Amino acid sequence: MADIPVHEWTLLTAAKAVRDKKISSRELTRALLSRIERINPKINAYVTVLPEAAMREAEARDEEIARGIVRGPLHGVPVAIKDIFCTKGIRTTCASRILKDFDPPYDATVVERIRAAGAVLLGKQNMDEFAMGSSTETSCFGPVLNPWATDRIPGGSSGGTAAAVAAGTCFAGVGTDTGGSIRQPASLCGVVGMKPTYGRVSRYGMIAFASSLDQGGPIARTVPDAAVVLAAIAGYDRRDSTSVDIPVPDYVAATGRGVKGMRVGLPREYFTEGQDASVKAAVTKALTSLISLGAEGVEISLPHTGYALSTYYIIAPAEASSNLARYDGVRYGYRADGAKGLIEMMSRTRAEGFGEEVKRRVMIGTYALSAGYYDAYYGKAQKVRTLLRRDFNEAFARVDVILTPTAPTPAFRLGEKVDDPLTMYLSDIYTIPANLAGIPGISVPCGMSPDGLPIGAQLLGKHFDEESLLAAAAAIEREIPLRRVAPFEG
Amino acid sequence: MAITREEVLHVARLARLSMSPAEADKMREQLDNILAYIRQLDRLDTTDVVPTSHAVEMGTPFRDDSVHPFEEKEEILKNAPDREGDFFRVPRIIED
Repeated sequence: MADIPVHEWTLLTAAKAVRDKKISSRELTRALLSRIERINPKINAYVTVLPEAAMREAEARDEEIARGIVRGPLHGVPVAIKDIFCTKGIRTTCASRILKDFDPPYDATVVERIRAAGAVLLGKQNMDEFAMGSSTETSCFGPVLNPWATDRIPGGSSGGTAAAVAAGTCFAGVGTDTGGSIRQPASLCGVVGMKPTYGRVSRYGMIAFASSLDQGGPIARTVPDAAVVLAAIAGYDRRDSTSVDIPVPDYVAATGRGVKGMRVGLPREYFTEGQDASVKAAVTKALTSLISLGAEGVEISLPHTGYALSTYYIIAPAEASSNLARYDGVRYGYRADGAKGLIEMMSRTRAEGFGEEVKRRVMIGTYALSAGYYDAYYGKAQKVRTLLRRDFNEAFARVDVILTPTAPTPAFRLGEKVDDPLTMYLSDIYTIPANLAGIPGISVPCGMSPDGLPIGAQLLGKHFDEESLLAAAAAIEREIPLRRVAPFEG
Repeated sequence: MAITREEVLHVARLARLSMSPAEADKMREQLDNILAYIRQLDRLDTTDVVPTSHAVEMGTPFRDDSVHPFEEKEEILKNAPDREGDFFRVPRIIED
């Protein structure tokens, strides 16, 4: 441990070192704050850094340790969160001009829970505006750069969180995933990201994009690190009427379960001709390692996969157009100056406050829900959603988990897809079905492209069976050891 | 079934987004591409399929109809772009 720099430690190593009084929370926090100060100007992963507040929290955690108090498994460990979670007294922007000065009157449940587990909050991370994007280029704070290659995007929308974790500027982070926004950036930044089952993590205080799809989850450098963060944030919350009241199992223990006898489904629709060769090779290697440990590969079919993207691009914008109606310049956020009447004020506030991608989705959603089109678009999409769920139900009668690539390609170049919305949307083609079906998914690093870019494998599981995903992902990570902190020193 | 510029402007009004003619033209072209892609769903027969609104099945959760006071009114009001005392102030509602 002594010869590994602090910022490369795993979260579990850091947490144990604090509990064993080998290092103080202040030392850990100071080390990461100074790394943020040096690295962040080059990758733009944080939009708000909290040096004073973090040091105060670290000091309080150290005093508790001195008195024999351990709040929980994250005691004294510095982490950060996507700027989509409301933090009382700390601006929460969703990377949108319309919320640039919003100071929430309360904390999100996720924030309460990571603090209750003892974590120190370093800051808030950059993202695509309102989580709408796959490259973190739609942020009003400017794009995040991938620490593995700074001419590349980090993925999105939780690109700030994934890049910050990969750059060693926090031990873990919490992101959100509506169509792949945790898993795809985790894949592109060479870290672990998990979207739990819909209802597993409370959405209270998490700024809504598409309410039937949104789910918060961990991004970390190892599977056990992701498991310990998930355990801290998961569980029933009466303030989120869609959170599910079932016990939270021991996720860290699940990572050690192994995969002997596990049936791993390989959907033929996710392994097609013309697929990026390095992605295919890396995912095949992940499969080989699972089989070498006693798992069994089973070919399956998810026949409606090709319709998932269309279904998503009706349902998500429709829900977004409704959720984003609240940004009207009346109660909080940006307001356009000089309007003569209320409707003009609202229309100009929204035109000036929202970026292009957000407007595009509000337009698609409003159109799909408008009189005369509802049945043809939204109604149709909800029915196809049933078919997609049925595909997974039938598959999970035969297999325990499903293995696929997380993203069709490694990280693409900045600006490459920004003017072509449909091509950008296609980068989420493998992750979107899980959100529509509400099932959990995890991305774990499984290889590198010839030009040194990370590649992730995705595992999908049954509702509330995060444990099998953690077991399989941890097995892949043990079999295919890869560098997790990008060799980027700015 | 291409979307027209008039439809774009109509939807923009419904969505409370002011939009210049040039922006409307660009938006029309992009929406047209996206909607053309989305309409591949028409190829599926969904006559007897029940729609899904939430992927994880659950009943309607009920809670007690009781008051939980929020004591920090100022924390909410301080975010107002324009206020007068404890009110949010807006431009005139009835326009000419």
